Amino acid sequence: MKSLIPPLVVLAALGTLIAPLAGSARAQTAIKPAIVYSTGGKFDKSFNEGVSQGAQKFNKETGIAVAEFEPNNETQFEQAQRRFAQRGQDPIVAVGFSQAVALEKVAKEFPNTRFTIIDSVVNLPNVQSTVFKEHEGSFLVGVLAALASKTGKIGFVGGMDIPLIRRFQCGFEQGIKWANPKAELLANMTGTTPAAWNDPGRGAELAKGQFDRGVDVVYAAAGSTGIGVLQAAADSGKLSIGVDSNQNHLHPGSVLTSMLKRVDLAAYNSFKAAQMGNWKGGTQVLGLKDGSVDWALDKDNEKLITPEMKAKVDEAKGDIESGKVVVHDYMSDNSCK
Amino acid sequence: MSIDDVASLILLTLAATLRVATPLVLAAMGGLFSEKSGIIDVGLEGKMLMAAFFAAATAAVTDSAWLGLLAGIVAAEALALLHGFACITWRGNQVVSGVAINILAAGLTVVLGTAWFNRGGQTPALEGAGRLRPLFLPGAGDNILVYVALLSVPLTWWIIERTRFGLRLRAVGEMPLAVDTAGISVPWLRYRAVLLCGLFSGLAGAYLSIAENAEFSRDMTAGQGFIALAAIIFGKWRPFPAFGACLLFGLLDEVAIRLQGVRVPGVGEVPVQLIQALPYLLTVFLLAGLIGRAVAPKAAGVAYEKER
Repeated sequence: MKSLIPPLVVLAALGTLIAPLAGSARAQTAIKPAIVYSTGGKFDKSFNEGVSQGAQKFNKETGIAVAEFEPNNETQFEQAQRRFAQRGQDPIVAVGFSQAVALEKVAKEFPNTRFTIIDSVVNLPNVQSTVFKEHEGSFLVGVLAALASKTGKIGFVGGMDIPLIRRFQCGFEQGIKWANPKAELLANMTGTTPAAWNDPGRGAELAKGQFDRGVDVVYAAAGSTGIGVLQAAADSGKLSIGVDSNQNHLHPGSVLTSMLKRVDLAAYNSFKAAQMGNWKGGTQVLGLKDGSVDWALDKDNEKLITPEMKAKVDEAKGDIESGKVVVHDYMSDNSCK
Repeated sequence: MSIDDVASLILLTLAATLRVATPLVLAAMGGLFSEKSGIIDVGLEGKMLMAAFFAAATAAVTDSAWLGLLAGIVAAEALALLHGFACITWRGNQVVSGVAINILAAGLTVVLGTAWFNRGGQTPALEGAGRLRPLFLPGAGDNILVYVALLSVPLTWWIIERTRFGLRLRAVGEMPLAVDTAGISVPWLRYRAVLLCGLFSGLAGAYLSIAENAEFSRDMTAGQGFIALAAIIFGKWRPFPAFGACLLFGLLDEVAIRLQGVRVPGVGEVPVQLIQALPYLLTVFLLAGLIGRAVAPKAAGVAYEKER
């Protein structure tokens, strides 16, 4: 589906109006930000939707419209990035690791346009690469899963089988073993193509297969596919763990917690920095220490989290932040120990 | 693992097989009617997708799974009529019409979904009365459509093999001229077959969105219509063997899910990619060796033109 929200022309005018009023030391510049989502779609209630929330926040605060494009398939990435750049959109946020190849090409063609890529690294002066330490956040929810599980069997459903998703799985497994060395992890990947991000039916079936084998807590790191996993858990009276965005509200009482990955901030900060005139290229690695990955606790899941669980996960968090526990990163050597 | 564990694991795998095979069975039975009458139906996939969308959309708005089911059937019937109009009335190419229906459904569902619900083509998640619930075994997901699918197989066999309508249906798929000579309307027979196909593919589509899952998402049929088509060919255009083929596909899928990450003695952990290719590999082997020659109805794909 090609939902191209047209860029607003009024903004240039608006920017000149606001600038004198703001009266700040640094003049705010009018920008025309844009987002190219990944194939999971803007409404995946997870990864892409997080980015979209960041854009909405920016829009609410500044009144600046953000142009968006939801590609149908991978071949549209390059086309979408280039079209935005040609139309003078700047900065442009590319969501997801799979856009890296396209971006490397497009960013070279438009050296004066600023790009931000989430979940991958592109080494060009006009590209800001934002990657997250998902293994640290996954470690925390792994601790919670191990403590919440009665059977000692915990499930993981990944989206596409790529090192990035293995990183989630590996961190999760370490968290489980840290809290309960005897617990067992059953892991499934949905597929080996990008279609694996958008197959809730298969996600549900994978989760049910794990429940049949004794799993009672399942962690989904699979974009839209995860919606099916969470649904299956709610249908079967099991616990699930959401990912990227806070998914606790999807099935209150069934979603144990969510591994938060603040992709919303990645988009928001890029736009904000461009507006303030202090946007910088380069790579930033965000983790637990700066609050960019975390676990979610709100009114929807507070009944599921006992004081002991909270104490234990706080301990783990402290240990990781202080360096006492080092969570192994799958992508550092492409193996989970 | 004790004997009890193994027994329950086998039982659960069988239940899961049935769950996965249900939409295949329904679609295959629908396709069988159509193909038996001489109308090739490549558009099973599109009909299922359209039905899945309208079922989920209606159920979300009205909060009634039954109205959703009805809407799904109506949507699939509309496409079935379109197919009939193109192929029977206007004697168009049946494969082209089927492909067109698939493309139409893939595009239209997302466009309508975006316009109505503004969620990138998804429909809102269904709760409570908006979904068809399991009847007896909550864990196994045995909603009413699973039983409908099981019953549809003997019913299809009985209609095709034992009724007058079935006899004429087979005749019109083999030699429409003979049927016409006997004074029976070829188009009317074929239209009825196509409408039966619409009914079953409507049920199959609705199963996906309001029974197995709780919302519509784009391309959610994921090729199941084509797998149903393959099952018809595997079953040599006969209901019970086609049913068997659907179960086999379902079982392979389930086994693939359950084998992931499992250590096989002597081999170690089997790579995910191999496990996921397993159903397709087996399909090729089966097609190449085991099932023998599959002969389609003689007049399948040929539009009937009355001689003047």
